[in-house]
Amino acid sequence: MIHSLFLINCSGDIFLEKHWKSVVSQSVCDYFFEAQEKAADVENVPPVISTPHHYLISIYREKIFFVSVIQTEVPPLFVIEFLHRVADTFQDYFGECSETAIKDNVVIVYELLEEMLDNGFPLATESNILKELIKPPTILRSVVNSITGSSNMGETLPTGQLSNIPWRRAVVKYTNNEAYFDVIEEIDAIIDKSGSTVFAEIQGVIDSCIKLSGMPDLSLSFMNPRLLDDVSFHPCIRFKRWESERVLSFIPPDGNFRLISYRVSSQNLVAIPVYVKHIISFKENSSSGRFDVTIGPKQNMGKTVEGVIVTVHMPKAVLNMNLTSTQGSYTFDPVLKVLTWDIGKITPQKLPNLKGIVNLQSGAPKPEENPSLNVQFKIQQLAISGLKVNRLDMFGEKYKPFKGVKYITKAGKFQVRT
Amino acid sequence: MSASSLGYNEQGGEAATEQGQEATPTTAPSVPAAFGLFSSDTKKNEDLKQMLESNKDSAKLDAMKRIVGMIAKGKNASELFPAVVKNVASKNIEIKKLVYVYLMRYAEEQQDLALLSISTFQRALKDPNQLIRASALRVLSSIRVPIIVPIMMLAIKEASADLSPYVRKNAAHAIQKLYSLDPEQKEMLIEVIEKLLKDKSTLVAGSVVMAFEEVCPDRIDLIHKNYRKLCNLLVDVEEWGQVVIIHMLTRYARTQFVSPWKEDGVLEEDNEKDFYESDEEQKEKDQKVKKPYAMDPDHRLLIRNTKPLLQSRNAAVVMAVAQLYWHLAPKSEAGIVSKSLVRLLRSNREVQYIVLQNIATMSIQRKGMFEPYLKSFYVRSTDPTMIKTSKLEILTNLANEANISTLLREFQTYVKSQDKQFAAATIQAIGRCATNISEVTDTCLNGLVCLLSNRDEIVVAESVVVIKKLLQTQPAHHGEIIKHMAKLLDTITVPVARASILWLIGEYCERVPKIAPDVLRKMAKSFTNEDDLVKLQILNLGAKLYLTNSKQTKLLTQYILNLGKYDQSYDIRDRTRFIRQLIVPNEKSGALSKYAKKIFLAQKPAPLLESPFKDRDRFQLGTLSHTLNTKAIGYLELSNWPEVAPDPSVRNVEVIELGKEWSVALGKAKKEKPTEKFYSDSEEEESASTTDTESESTSESEKEKNGKEEGSSMENSESSSEELSDSESESKEGSAKKKFKTTEESDSDDTEKKTKMISKKRESSGSSDSESSSTEESSSDSESESDSESDAESRKHKNAIASKVSSPIFVPMKTHELLHRMSGKGLAAHYHFSRQPCIYGNQMVSVQVTLTNTTDQKLENIHVGERKLPAGMKMHVFNPIEFLEPEESITVSMGIDFCDSTQTASFQLCTKEDHFNVNIQPPVGELLLPVTMSEKDFKTEQGMLTGMNETSTTITVAPQNSTRLVLLEKVVKAANLGVVPSGQDNIHRFSAKTVHSGSLMLVTVELKEGSTAQLIINTEKTVIGSILLRELKPVLSQG
Repeated sequence: MIHSLFLINCSGDIFLEKHWKSVVSQSVCDYFFEAQEKAADVENVPPVISTPHHYLISIYREKIFFVSVIQTEVPPLFVIEFLHRVADTFQDYFGECSETAIKDNVVIVYELLEEMLDNGFPLATESNILKELIKPPTILRSVVNSITGSSNMGETLPTGQLSNIPWRRAVVKYTNNEAYFDVIEEIDAIIDKSGSTVFAEIQGVIDSCIKLSGMPDLSLSFMNPRLLDDVSFHPCIRFKRWESERVLSFIPPDGNFRLISYRVSSQNLVAIPVYVKHIISFKENSSSGRFDVTIGPKQNMGKTVEGVIVTVHMPKAVLNMNLTSTQGSYTFDPVLKVLTWDIGKITPQKLPNLKGIVNLQSGAPKPEENPSLNVQFKIQQLAISGLKVNRLDMFGEKYKPFKGVKYITKAGKFQVRT
Repeated sequence: MSASSLGYNEQGGEAATEQGQEATPTTAPSVPAAFGLFSSDTKKNEDLKQMLESNKDSAKLDAMKRIVGMIAKGKNASELFPAVVKNVASKNIEIKKLVYVYLMRYAEEQQDLALLSISTFQRALKDPNQLIRASALRVLSSIRVPIIVPIMMLAIKEASADLSPYVRKNAAHAIQKLYSLDPEQKEMLIEVIEKLLKDKSTLVAGSVVMAFEEVCPDRIDLIHKNYRKLCNLLVDVEEWGQVVIIHMLTRYARTQFVSPWKEDGVLEEDNEKDFYESDEEQKEKDQKVKKPYAMDPDHRLLIRNTKPLLQSRNAAVVMAVAQLYWHLAPKSEAGIVSKSLVRLLRSNREVQYIVLQNIATMSIQRKGMFEPYLKSFYVRSTDPTMIKTSKLEILTNLANEANISTLLREFQTYVKSQDKQFAAATIQAIGRCATNISEVTDTCLNGLVCLLSNRDEIVVAESVVVIKKLLQTQPAHHGEIIKHMAKLLDTITVPVARASILWLIGEYCERVPKIAPDVLRKMAKSFTNEDDLVKLQILNLGAKLYLTNSKQTKLLTQYILNLGKYDQSYDIRDRTRFIRQLIVPNEKSGALSKYAKKIFLAQKPAPLLESPFKDRDRFQLGTLSHTLNTKAIGYLELSNWPEVAPDPSVRNVEVIELGKEWSVALGKAKKEKPTEKFYSDSEEEESASTTDTESESTSESEKEKNGKEEGSSMENSESSSEELSDSESESKEGSAKKKFKTTEESDSDDTEKKTKMISKKRESSGSSDSESSSTEESSSDSESESDSESDAESRKHKNAIASKVSSPIFVPMKTHELLHRMSGKGLAAHYHFSRQPCIYGNQMVSVQVTLTNTTDQKLENIHVGERKLPAGMKMHVFNPIEFLEPEESITVSMGIDFCDSTQTASFQLCTKEDHFNVNIQPPVGELLLPVTMSEKDFKTEQGMLTGMNETSTTITVAPQNSTRLVLLEKVVKAANLGVVPSGQDNIHRFSAKTVHSGSLMLVTVELKEGSTAQLIINTEKTVIGSILLRELKPVLSQG
């Protein structure tokens, strides 16, 4: 399946290569560079490229291209999903998936890649199995190793690899047993010029941090499970139980993981927590325009809207902007033409406003379209869909764990057309 | 290594080369900062060689790490091969692993030297540690040296019969490697694949199917027998394996089942018929009126068992299921996948791209599937262009009378987008909507005309092209637009647009008689500066005008033709020559010129504006070929549905006999091959004939288990336990019954589940016992029901892990004669112990009785009559058998509680006419059930069972029994014991519990020098212990 992998940074250097079958020459990447050049923007590099002898499937993560070389038919999503899993693993091991982190840990990277794929077919991708085989680097461990001469490699097959719950390590011990659940909902919305909602949808995830000893068996129930229209599960969740009782029953992995992601049924009307008033106009035959944006809260269930940031991709013709804001600070990047307005908390008494003059390139035609505004915000202690966790029960272990649930609502892809 | 050393390099590059020879020995190998001294590769490698040859592991490790770093960067490190390969047998596992990495990279280039390492791997293949065996196999099969093909073949064969599923998984991978190295091994490899396909471990399933796809995808016959098993295992296979299996099963199902689409096909729109139904199918559809379509239960099984996977977090799995539903499910059911696919659109850009492409193909044929999600495809200004265009494509496909107005409003926003490429695509999309939905044609056309005054040239050009196409559909009343466009020629520079305008004017020159010649005049002026595309259209326009309006344009046309004659492009010269011959009459031009007008001004059909995804459905969705829209290497064609389904009985698995099921299940103790051999002579008709009806329920119950729903199944079954009279705890009994049914019916099963079940059993029996068997199974008070349930469940998990880790060993089952056919007047009966927890009671031993009718008459009403049991013993008999046909046999199961004694159970076996007295006396080894525990637990338990509870003896061991495998096999064959993983080579431990009381039975065999061994048994049940000791003695001492 996957023949080789090349990691390429933004400036086009191949800084790591790994082959699982015969060696494929680096020159195969030239086809990729060609495509990259054609695409102009990194976002637009096609994920699947066909070359005379190979196919290249690539992903772009954290300023690195993961380019895999394929020789025969394979579901492209299979490769893409796997490459993302590789990137996730690096992230997990080194705290970040950056070029420097990879270069600094090249041996571990290589050992990981060796374990993750055999002859191009995934062998072990569960993080806890990998961590038993290859221990993540820590300063303490490297010191200990250099003194005692012990190694970073596990000598026996991780128990998870053979069990039917491969996501959990066998012997887990904590002095404080805790289980935290973060219900995070994101509002995806497109608001049109007049302020009416073109499209809105709530996507949610429950991220968990479970530090429980032994083999706990948890079940999590909701007050209103009907809200969840479409759900995808971590493999630990017993599907049947959900089907019949709408209860999430599972033996959790150890540590941080995403328990479920869900979409709230589209029948429900989505409450939009903020509104934006905007006047953006460019005058014909003059090199300036007006910019006036006010943002205010609405339908936020008495909670404060915070962490508000507005980003605007201004038209190419914009040279710079002279604005004044009543709250927060703004920056304009004249190269990328991106205006960022960091507002912070919205107080209903005094609505934040940003207005001023836009300077255009002289002689350039008036931009036809007004830029759309991308809004980010956060509301603590609120799940906008109204989803509520009812209770969490633990079976299988004797101790009393500490349980916590946190709700948070965020803007997802929240766009206001102007 | 660091900045400072780099600096050093710059200064002392040359110096280093000179002093290299002297410096090398003095450099302490363990000081990494010194490496920078040697700038040239050779010197650097000298240094590495030194380090590799040092006797400190840390130096070697450092060297290897640096070498791996070189490999990672793509630098050549091949000349270090001899130095590296020496370390292949290093004790340090990290060095070893890095050497493996090196070998895999360079062995192909240095084949001779690579051979040096082979013996190390061969040795490692025999290592007791499964991880080491597996990695040795991995490297051995990865080094791609043709000379060792036979060795690889041998290793694969051996590994495929390994006890560890992890090693078997690696064997499956090695198959593909060997095949790519030497395709001539195909036949032998297929044999291995065939064997591994039968494997019941979820770990192996994905990898072996992958090997199957690579080596022999056409041998569909190998799948038949494993089809149901694969369907049932699917949920528990790891996600990557799921993708491969689903794709393979999709292909399989297309060859084995009849189309489920015929029935609802009648209701579908016509275009769908075109795609999927050939003429024969049409015929069949007519026949179908007589014979309604019924879906093959196996077909249903696949569709049902894949459904939960739509909830997977892995996009590839979701997509695989989606394509399976698309290609296999009845059209009415395929709709459920759309929700999940739309969910994937939240994922990262690459996933979105692939998913959108697939949705685009789907939405052409079945709009209905995605219509409810129309808004999910709305474009955001921040999307990358490729995502935008795919979304646009889908929106266009979904457009219909009802939603077109909303869509057009949305499109208006897109047209204004700063992303001009996308704006152009939107214009194309509007054009397509206009042609497809006649109600909005005029609106669209007006909108497009407005765009002609757009500032952006690309937008205008695209509009022109689209308008041209639209006008062709109804040219009658659009003279105005053509005039407007003629004016555009002065400003617009995009060649395609200019060419389009010229073509339009030429085509409809009679509608704009005044303008056309004028346009030609202007064009004649600028001819030489035009693009080729435009020049061709100028020639075209000239020719058309010459034919219709030769008075005004004759000279102009001739001028243009002259220009064309000397054009640089041969295309244009060709066209010029052709047109001249055709339109200008001269003596040479023949009959053709008479028809010139007809040729040039023929009525042309309006172009169809079609989706670029129109023809993609020839590829299986979700494949690379589909994404690229060309056939990729190794693409496997999805066949058309067969008209008549091939024989469905090929998927029946012959022996669905309790004994086998149970035995395979037990703690994973057996491999199937020998089991089959053992049973192959008693294949049973009964099971084969019933499977068809059963498979529905099989999957039902299977699913239940897959959901790991022990708890709920227990509750459910409480009601179903009335019939069982001698059960102590109704609910337990009930669940057991249910379990039993499941296992009996399913021809395939995951052994782990079984183990779980067993341990559950044991658990429940253990709780009634005062003594706790192991630390994991510490006493549980089952006050609250739910609590105890989940307790049990989690414990099961533990046990499952533990039992997996311990090396299971095959046990051939010995049959005992119950009734000889001579004394039974033609009724023969055999029994054997299935070594499973009995389903009729926790304290019972399960006995399988096979009854055979050797007479030539039907035997009727076979049942158990009078029983003569010692005090305390209980027996659960089989249900009376109504009749047994001649030459037929049947296997039934009974449960006997022997009270942990070897006393004989006597009873009468009756037929309608006769009754025969028979006895069952259990060997002591069958009064046990294996327990899985760790070595540590074993030792703690053993520590508590000393003194009186310990019996031991010294025996001589036959030399052939002294190897671990043989010894394990022998012991486990003799008694139903579980193997405890052992850290020492010479000590073997086994653990079990007595069936009745649940007392622990710990067996230790310690091999000593001089072929003697110490045999120790620790148990509370000293009587059984000593009998067991006596029985085990000859087992080990005899060959």
